[in-house]
Amino acid sequence: MQDFAQEFKSAAALILAGDPELWAIVLLSLKVSLLAVLIAALIGMPLGAALGVGRFPGRRAVVIVLNALMGLPPVVVGLLVYLMLSRSGPLGVLNLLYTPSAMIVAQVVLVTPIVAALTRQTVETLDAEYSEQLRSLGVSRLASVPTLLWDSRLALLTALLAGFGRAIAEVGAVIMVGGNINHVTRVMTTTIALETSKGNLALALALGTILIGIAVTVTGAVSLLGLNDDRGALKHA
Amino acid sequence: MRETAFPEATQRAAIEVAGLHVAIDGQPLLDVRELVLDGPGPTLILGPNGAGKSLLLRCLHGLIAPDRGTIRQGGVAMGAAHRSCQAMVFQRPVLLRRPVAANLDFVLRRQGLGRAERRQRIAELLAEGGLAGKARQSARSLSGGEAQRLAILRALATGPEILFLDEPTSALDPAATQAIEAMIRRAARRGTRIVMVTHDIGQARRLGHDIVLMQGGCVAEHAPAHVFFEAPRSEAAKRFLAGALVI
Repeated sequence: MQDFAQEFKSAAALILAGDPELWAIVLLSLKVSLLAVLIAALIGMPLGAALGVGRFPGRRAVVIVLNALMGLPPVVVGLLVYLMLSRSGPLGVLNLLYTPSAMIVAQVVLVTPIVAALTRQTVETLDAEYSEQLRSLGVSRLASVPTLLWDSRLALLTALLAGFGRAIAEVGAVIMVGGNINHVTRVMTTTIALETSKGNLALALALGTILIGIAVTVTGAVSLLGLNDDRGALKHA
Repeated sequence: MRETAFPEATQRAAIEVAGLHVAIDGQPLLDVRELVLDGPGPTLILGPNGAGKSLLLRCLHGLIAPDRGTIRQGGVAMGAAHRSCQAMVFQRPVLLRRPVAANLDFVLRRQGLGRAERRQRIAELLAEGGLAGKARQSARSLSGGEAQRLAILRALATGPEILFLDEPTSALDPAATQAIEAMIRRAARRGTRIVMVTHDIGQARRLGHDIVLMQGGCVAEHAPAHVFFEAPRSEAAKRFLAGALVI
């Protein structure tokens, strides 16, 4: 018990002293996940919006597949991205394997379905509310998309935060394509797994504390956004 | 007191309906053989639930395509071009999730107005609707009456020749209803053709220049308001005005 208390003390000391190794890992984690979410947003939001307002044969099947992809097992994504980026794979010529770029690719694959599916749901719900009114005001289906996206911006931001939460906490895919190389591809989750197995609990606990802090901040931000969105609607209810 | 000082409606805004038929899953919901709305004042459409009042309004506005029949505006078959000179206000106001002023700015931008011109127009509209102090407030936080006034102001901001209103006061108290009826009267006085659905016979008496009574998807009677209320011709109108449960 005393050992655990000592490990917690060491972990706190690492955080408070601004240990360069620890903060380098945190910064790389944030960089990889934020870039992955940005790219996922650029792909997933237009895709989700198009599915939300578009009507075409097979749309329902596409929506079902997209929803199913939200639960993609990270290790399977890691395996597929590994096969694509490995020397003999179709993208092997890019030499991305075991680089932060490969980790970004893996996280983009994981996060894009989340962003696209939540965007689709949000835009479709708002479209059901706005559709007749916008048509009445002479706004075409295509021209209604920017209006729908802007008016659902809080919900879409929530979708992005959910995607970020998934990316930052992910371990299986990034360790397969990133390799957990010290000072190159070592991120919070992979370091926690490695250092725990080595018995270096202080660093693992310090990173775990920061990861929980980020998760709480993201969840809090999502809740606050939802609260602010509802406040106006409830004012006169 | 009924408003009678309406200008002569322009011939452009007259609506003629012939052989209009809408069915869903083989069940006929609307069957209007002939209807001409060319009077100078508001047309009020009365009738029980499911009579086809809102469906008729949506067909006239082009939101629903009929299975057959023709709708003409100013003698010309209704097309996309006509939509730009019409506006519609729904029973439950659909406001954009933006501030009050931004809801008006949304339609004024589409008209290509400059920033200064839009600001001036927004100020005028808000003053007209009694919302001058609420420009920056979230539209979703407005009360029911204020929200419906904003929806009407937004519709009027498009400068419509015809304004369709689908039971705009059905969920409002007398004070809010009075404010909205005043806005409708002012719009009618400025030459906008008003076509409005209501359940409220009193409202039809107060606002209507001519009354359309619908029953079972058909027009049971269309007559000037004083004729409709004082000497109705159809059995349905007589029963409706006598307070019988017309279904």
